[in-house]
Formats: sequence, C-alpha cells, structure tokens
Amino acid sequence: MSSENVRFTDFKSDKQPTWCPGCGDFGTMNGMMKALAETGNSPDETFVVAGIGCSGKIGTYMRSYALHGVHGRALPVGTGAKLANPDLEVMVAGGDGDGYSIGVGHFIHAVRRNVDITYVVMDNRIYGLTKGQASPTSRPDFETSTTPEGPKQPPVNPLALAMSAGGSFIAQSFSSDAMRHTEIVQEAIEHDGFSLVNTFSPCVTFNDVDTYDYFRDSLVDLSEEDDYDRHDYDQAKDAILDADKEYMGVLYQDENSTPYHEAHGVTENMAEIPDGAPDGATDLVREFY
Amino acid sequence: MHDDLNWAIGGEAGDGIASTGKIFAQALSRAGRHVFTSKDFASRIRGGYTAYKVRTSVDEVQSVVDRLDVLIALTERTVDENIDELHDESVIIYDGDRTEFSDFEAPDDTVGLDVPLKSLAEDAGGAIMRNIVALGAVCAVTEFPIENLDESLEKRFGDKGESIVENNKEAARLGFEYVEDEYDDVSTPYELETTDSDYVLLNGDEAIGMGAIAGGCRFYSGYPITPATDVMEYLTGRIEQFGGHVVQAEDELAAINMALGAARAGARAMTATSGPGIDLMSETFGLVATSETPLVITNVMRSGPSTGMPTKQEQGDLNMMLYGGHGEVPRFVLAPTSVAECFHKTVEAFNLAEKYQVPVYLTADLSLAVTERTYEPEEFDMDEVEIDRGKLVDEDDISAWQNEKDQFKPHAATADGISPRAVPGTEGGVHMSTGLEHDELGRRTEDTEVRVEQVDKRNRKVETAEEREDFDYREFGDGDADNLVISWGSNEGTIVEALGYLDDVDVRVLSVPYIFPRPDLTADVQSAENVVVVEANATGQFADVVEHDTLERVERINKYDGVDFKADELADEIKQTLEA
Repeated sequence: MSSENVRFTDFKSDKQPTWCPGCGDFGTMNGMMKALAETGNSPDETFVVAGIGCSGKIGTYMRSYALHGVHGRALPVGTGAKLANPDLEVMVAGGDGDGYSIGVGHFIHAVRRNVDITYVVMDNRIYGLTKGQASPTSRPDFETSTTPEGPKQPPVNPLALAMSAGGSFIAQSFSSDAMRHTEIVQEAIEHDGFSLVNTFSPCVTFNDVDTYDYFRDSLVDLSEEDDYDRHDYDQAKDAILDADKEYMGVLYQDENSTPYHEAHGVTENMAEIPDGAPDGATDLVREFY
Repeated sequence: MHDDLNWAIGGEAGDGIASTGKIFAQALSRAGRHVFTSKDFASRIRGGYTAYKVRTSVDEVQSVVDRLDVLIALTERTVDENIDELHDESVIIYDGDRTEFSDFEAPDDTVGLDVPLKSLAEDAGGAIMRNIVALGAVCAVTEFPIENLDESLEKRFGDKGESIVENNKEAARLGFEYVEDEYDDVSTPYELETTDSDYVLLNGDEAIGMGAIAGGCRFYSGYPITPATDVMEYLTGRIEQFGGHVVQAEDELAAINMALGAARAGARAMTATSGPGIDLMSETFGLVATSETPLVITNVMRSGPSTGMPTKQEQGDLNMMLYGGHGEVPRFVLAPTSVAECFHKTVEAFNLAEKYQVPVYLTADLSLAVTERTYEPEEFDMDEVEIDRGKLVDEDDISAWQNEKDQFKPHAATADGISPRAVPGTEGGVHMSTGLEHDELGRRTEDTEVRVEQVDKRNRKVETAEEREDFDYREFGDGDADNLVISWGSNEGTIVEALGYLDDVDVRVLSVPYIFPRPDLTADVQSAENVVVVEANATGQFADVVEHDTLERVERINKYDGVDFKADELADEIKQTLEA
C-alpha cells in the first residue's frame, strides 16, 4: 500500500471495540488513526504498542502492525522496535495506570532517551477495566472502591514529570475535541524525538467527576492564547505547574533537541542481516590474540 | 616438576590484579602455551581480597587445581588466602619493603623472593608499575622469554603512548634482572617451554558476545548484573561496527521488553542477565513465548536465591529456566559446556529462536563466563557460521498466508507448529500480537477449540525441533564402562581432567549441552550399572530431569559452596559414590 493513497479508515480493523458506549477512547483512537493517515503513514509501516487495560485494546481495533504487551512495559517495546527499524512509525498507547503507575519508571527514561516515538496516554483518571479503583492521576478526594475517602495524596502530574526528565515535546489533548486532538497527535508524530500527548479520555462508567462536561468547561486551549510560546521553557513550566487551570495543546516543544537515533547514530534497519557472519567478524577473533 | 604451572597474583581490589594477570596470561597464550584462568573476586571472610589465577601447560588445560606454584603476593593476606595450595616447591614473590610476612606459615621449603617491587617500579617511571615488575620477576623464575611479555605490554598499553609502553617494559626488565642478579642461587623447577602455536584467549561472556555478533544479533538491551555484565561490555563498541546497538536499560523489565520490540521489528535481539534478572523478566518471557517472538535470553548463573553470592559459582537456575513463568509455553534451553561452545551455541540459539519462533534461554554458569581459556583461532571459524531465519516471509510469499479477507495469519496452525513471520514494513503482513490467547490472526479468543489448537500448535514446535535438530550430547572416557557420569555446564572440563585421576575405575562421561529439548538418555542410563549426575547445585535439578526422563534412580554429586569443582576432589567423590 503506497502511503499517498492511505485514508484513516485503512487504519481501522474489522473488530468492533468492546469499550463502553461513550468511552473517551473512541475519540482518542480515531484521532490517532487520522493523524497517522494525515502524516502519510501506512498501516504496513506503522507499529502500535500498548499495555494492559482498556487502552491496551487499541491494537485490536486499529489496523497496523501492533503488539499488546504486558502491563506498564509498552514504552520499552516501542523503544526497541524503533531502534531496530528507524523507518517504522512507532506509536505507543497506554492508560494513566499503565503509564504513570506501573510503568512510570519507563516513562521517565523514555522521555530522557528521546527516542522518536509518539506516546499517547488515554488519561481517564481511574482504573476502568478493573471496575473503578483510584489511578495515579485521580484527585485526592476521589472516592473509589479501594479509596472510600479518596486517595488522600496528590495526583501525578505527567507533564511535569516529562518536563523534569528533559521532554522535548509535551502536549495535552481531549478526546472529544476531535479536530484539536488529531492536530496535536499529528504534531507529535512530526516531532523528531519523544512526544508525549496526555489525552483526557473520560470514563463514562466509573468516573463521574472528570467528565466530558468537566473538561469541555475547564480546559484552556493554548492555541487560542496569543501570548503563549510553546518554545518558552519558563512559560511552559508555569503552565504545567499551574494548580488552578488545565491546558490543552502543545505546552512545550524543543525543536532543537537531539533525538536518540541522531545522538547514537542508530539509523540502519537491523532486520536485514547477511547470510553468514558479517564481514569483518574474523577481526573479532584476532582481538583475542 | 609438574607438566603444568599454576600461577597467581593476589592483593586488594583496585590493585590492578585482573589486568596484570591478563597481561601474563596473554603472553603465555601468544608464546604457544595453553592457559586456563580463574578469578577469585570476592572475599570468603571480609571484603577486599582479589586474585587472578593462571594455569598453563603446553597441553590443553580446562580446569583449576588445588596447587599454586608461583604466587605474587601484594599483601600478606594473599598468602593466608592461598596457604592450603602452597607446597614445598612454591615460590612467593613479595615486596619486603611493604609487606612483612611475620606469621609466614607456608611450607618450610617454600621459596620467598623479596623483590623491591615498588622502588624498582619507581626507577622505571612510577610506583603504579609494581605489578609489572613482579611479572618480570616471574619471567626470571620460570625462564619465560621476557620478549613475550613485551608484546602483551604493547597490546595493553599501546593506546596510552610509546613512553608508557617503554616504561612498562623497563619495569618488567628491572624485575627480571633483580631476580637474576640477587637470586642466582635459587633454582626452581618451573621452566616454561614455548611453542610455535598461536592461541586466542577469551572467556565465556566474551565468547557469547562474539557469537551474538557472528550470529547476526544487532540489538542488545540489558541491565548491568554480575556476572553477565561482561556480555554487554563486550558488545558495546563492537556491535555498532556491524550496524547494531546496545541499550543500557533502566531495569531488567525494560531490557527484555526492548529486546522484544526489536525482535518484533525483525532484528536478531538478545538480552543477558543473571538469576535475579530472570525473575524480573518472567512476565514478559511468557509474552515472548506466546506471541511466538524469536528472542535469545542469556542467563549467566550465579549463586542464589535472592542476592545469594553474586560472585560465586552455581548452577541453580535450571528449574527456573525450564519451568519459570505462569502457564505453559515452549522455550528452548541451551547450556554450553566450554568457552568455545559459548560461541557456537550462541549462534545456534539465534537460529533456533528464529526457526521455531521461541524464546531461547542460553545459559552459562559463572565459572564458564569468567574463566578464560586458550583455543586455536580456527575454533571460531566465521566462514562456518550459518544463518537460518526460518519462516520469515516477504511481500512475494505473503499471500499464501492470508485468509480470504487478505488478513495475515501469524499464528497459522501448521502441521509442524511453525507459523509464518512477517515483520513490520512487510506489505500485506499487518497483524497484531498479544499475550492473550489468540486465534490464527492473533486476535483475542476464549473459544475452547481455538485455545486447544493454539496450545497444541505451540507445543508441536518442540516435536518438530526434536525431529529436525540434533540435540545430542558429547561423550568422554571409556565408552564401554558400566559407570556413567552425566554433567552439564562448565563441569565438563573438570570431569574430563578428573578422568586422569580415575585410572582404576572405568567411567563413561556424557556432557549435555541441551537442557530442552534434550537428548534422550534413557538407553544410556538403563544400560549403565551406576549413574552419577554431577552439578553445582544442592538439589540436583538436572538429576531430577534425568530421573523423570528415564524412570531410573540416579546418584548425585552436588557442590553448592560457591567454589568450582576441582578435578582431583571430584575424582575422589566419583570414586566414593560409585563404591557406596
């Protein structure tokens, strides 16, 4: 399939999602598929990795090369795939539990490595598939089956984590704002380096606080703020640490950062190997004289 | 006079013990002598002591013995630590200006050579070269041509400039001359003969790294852990020359997942770790196996459980590799038995992984991984390396593996259990993989028939491999003997040497490098009168496997104190076990 003719529906599989009707993940995934098509990628050259949970099902509903991994480890899989074949468009999807709880260590290291992959986190601030427990992004007073009086601890701020780890592309989107979400993911794909898109993706079944209405009313779209410069580190820092407001858009981008493949000279497709030992292998033996 | 010379340098960690030992070992190897080295790099009593031991002979050597002929003792403790191995003809080289052997309890006739290592080193350009002075002294004691040492010094210090090399050569010469001048009346029985042979000297970890590159490995991710780190250190800086890359991952979970990602993308990928790391990788191991991803996982075993004894020998992870992880998935387990075999089995591991689309555990034990041995360079013939990528499909043959809707079937239930493999970028091969039970398309299912079909399909690969591959053992000793000794891993060399101490007992030895799938030992075991399985663990994990396979009880010799088997000790134990 040549990439000029690709439409976003080519990224759709014939499996019907089992997400709850109204789930934010529908919009998140549609935006990802549109963004992939818009940026000229084809399913044959795209590799989508996800972990466990509702978000983890994405590889089933999208049509591309995909891996549904174990809980919290999607980013290392994406990292290995991208380094092994830099020609692939590698997109990693996960939930807030996958990315910011069990996998938060990998998240920090993926950000600082700056491998050219796009990481979309479907953040619904609750554990949905296990039927409604607190997640690392849940509010301190959010009552759930495992936190009857709320978690009583501050939520993880994924954007701040990314910034502190030297993130070169830090964005936030809202699954219901299809156009903006698609644009933001598209920019993330085009960014040469690690891109975080934290996407608010409401859980209509278990979260009655972080709802569509809540995000629609509260999110401030930075693209409508004339004086916001995404390349201004201090401005981005202030927005990311702003306790009173939540933002949508690209909060920070460093277009001059050095992506991993450039820093380490990893540019070859490692899938292609010779029929026997590589040329020069005998020199390896000579070293032991 | 012995046929072989056992030589050691010991001191405090940080004294440059290992690099000094290596310089001399390489000099011996280049002078056409066989070498077997071992390292004592942690304390049995308290921290700090470290030693590098070299056994050398004109004939092949493949184990350690309990005898020290020449010892460079940089500290008093070095003598204490090795006192049991000293004998009447041992020579101890020490620096009397720095070390007082007041409680010297070595055998009476032990020769102590007081050589002012530090001051001679200073004469040559710096106290740091005192170890090299000592090597010069060893050359004098053993009448080993010092020119061979010069070559090693050039190799070791060449990068640091001509003057450093010259200073070191001078340091060695001063040590040599000092002994010649001051101790001309001392005669020792240790003349080291040289030959025209030119050997290579390497350890198991290095052989695994070299085998990986030769076998087409391009991606390595790992987390540092003793004693597997040498594999990563070897690959770093070398694999890049062949278009590959090493990532030091944040932990073992990341390491195996990165390797999994690279393997999915089509690269031959490997991670290496030791026992605790294998534990951490277990969950992803299941995903690798059930998604049928070819991957090589190297486990350099150390003493466990938990943190155990990180720098000590053990073969305690066999059950973990054979049975570890929840649920049931096929995996192959290869266990090379010599340094050279570490190279060959690594190449084979990559071929098996891709041919059968399984995770392959490649396991060395600590002794195998860190001891160096000499070989003819032809042992590592790169022209003989073959690469078999199995059922890797491309655009042209993909249609044979699509359903009526042009969907690719990565888990097609074939007769041999092996499905086609399409890597991302292959037109028409789009599919997803998952650790969930899946159908031929890779899609989740809980359908009872499909579940059974897929489990059977995966297990069928093992049967296919048993039909197509030669999972054999190697045999030593007397082929007609009623006494059978079975071994795996690094014990092979020691057992072969032990045969020399078993003159009055006929023994047939089987050394098994394939743990799963493995050769059928039933006929061998049933036809023998006595069967003994030798392994470095407490419970006899391989012995259990042999009993399971053959339905015969076997005797066991187990060692789990963290120290290598020694040939003479082992011979005694075998004799006792057979006589019991």
